[in-house]
Amino acid sequence: MILRFLEAAGRTAREGVEALGFATRAFFNLLRFSPGAFRRPSLISEQVHFIGNYSLVITIVSGLFVGLVLGLQFYVNLIQFGAEEKLGSLTALSLIRELGPVVTALLFAGRAGTSLTAEIGLMKAGEQLSAMEMMAVNPVQRVLAPRFWGGVIAMPVLAAVFSAVGIMGSYLVAVKLLSLDEGAFWSQMQAGVDVNRDVVSSIIKSFVFGIAVTFTALFQGYNAKPTPADVARATTRTVVIASLLVLGLDFVMTALMFTQ
Amino acid sequence: MHRKIIDVWVGLFVLLGAAAVLFLALQAGNMSSLSFTDTYVVTGRFDNIGGLKPQAPVKSAGVVVGRVGDISFDDKTFQANVSLDLNQNYQFPKDSSLKILTAGLLGEQYIGIEPGGDTKNLVDGDRINRTQSATVLEDLINQFIYSKAAEGKDGSE
Repeated sequence: MILRFLEAAGRTAREGVEALGFATRAFFNLLRFSPGAFRRPSLISEQVHFIGNYSLVITIVSGLFVGLVLGLQFYVNLIQFGAEEKLGSLTALSLIRELGPVVTALLFAGRAGTSLTAEIGLMKAGEQLSAMEMMAVNPVQRVLAPRFWGGVIAMPVLAAVFSAVGIMGSYLVAVKLLSLDEGAFWSQMQAGVDVNRDVVSSIIKSFVFGIAVTFTALFQGYNAKPTPADVARATTRTVVIASLLVLGLDFVMTALMFTQ
Repeated sequence: MHRKIIDVWVGLFVLLGAAAVLFLALQAGNMSSLSFTDTYVVTGRFDNIGGLKPQAPVKSAGVVVGRVGDISFDDKTFQANVSLDLNQNYQFPKDSSLKILTAGLLGEQYIGIEPGGDTKNLVDGDRINRTQSATVLEDLINQFIYSKAAEGKDGSE
């Protein structure tokens, strides 16, 4: 009984390490074949178009509404202390530091990550990837690397757009709806947000999330069993793993960047 | 033709991202108030800097004229050495004095420069010796309690 439990624990640990090593090898493989993909920038720009441009609408709408809601919620609490001018810096800091990169990455996993996994999984199921190998075309270089870099380029852009739109949303609520003083709103924001500390870390965060989400999506699609059921399961796994990765990485990076 | 249209859209997408970052830096952030003009450095010694932090503003008559640079501790004099990066456009007399002030009751701390009357101006590397430390709230409360206690004694006599 105890032996069986130990055996199961050992197997889980071994499989975990094995999967981690496998993913790391796949990641370095992807990086190794990336220069080849950069020699054909049209492939990457096609993917930026597919991953980025088509995710813009959902990013802008979510950003706007997150900003609107933040403005309303902070106002309710700040008015009790008579500190409603702080609304600007509070919404801007929470959007730029945390919500912008994280919520965009979660949306990105749902909107772009799933489609990448499904696409690659179906390519594999239809043996298109094997066909490429038969024609001496490296599928990692031709299929995976452009999608990876497309995602890595698109994600910081989307996160920046999300934060900017969110700030405009909180501006609409604060100044137009709750008639806060416009000058105080912006000047408090400018006093609170530091370009090097906040904006640059926000971009670094979204860049890391872009790598994490896109790689998870590609890895899951590429390693799905070529059956319809497993492609579906891989798509689900992409969303779950990528979201958890984003949240975990966000905690680590916040701890490194914003604690003194 | 199809490829060209995609490239245009991707270009617009990336430009939108650049515009968003610019908006965050200039409108939401402090990029517009960061000065890229030349600065000169003067140092001040304080007995107590309170909660002063690097990058805090240096103000004269309420106008930002520079930023706090490094803050270090001198174990010979047991004082804090604060270097100030002052904007080259603003010159101050040699006998100017420094004060650590607080914006509002709970606001951030900043340094105020009180201009003196000397005909010579401060130059790079100068040290300002006339300084006034930060007001520490605990000290104020202590003083208040002592003075109240002393008053009570006087009253009872």
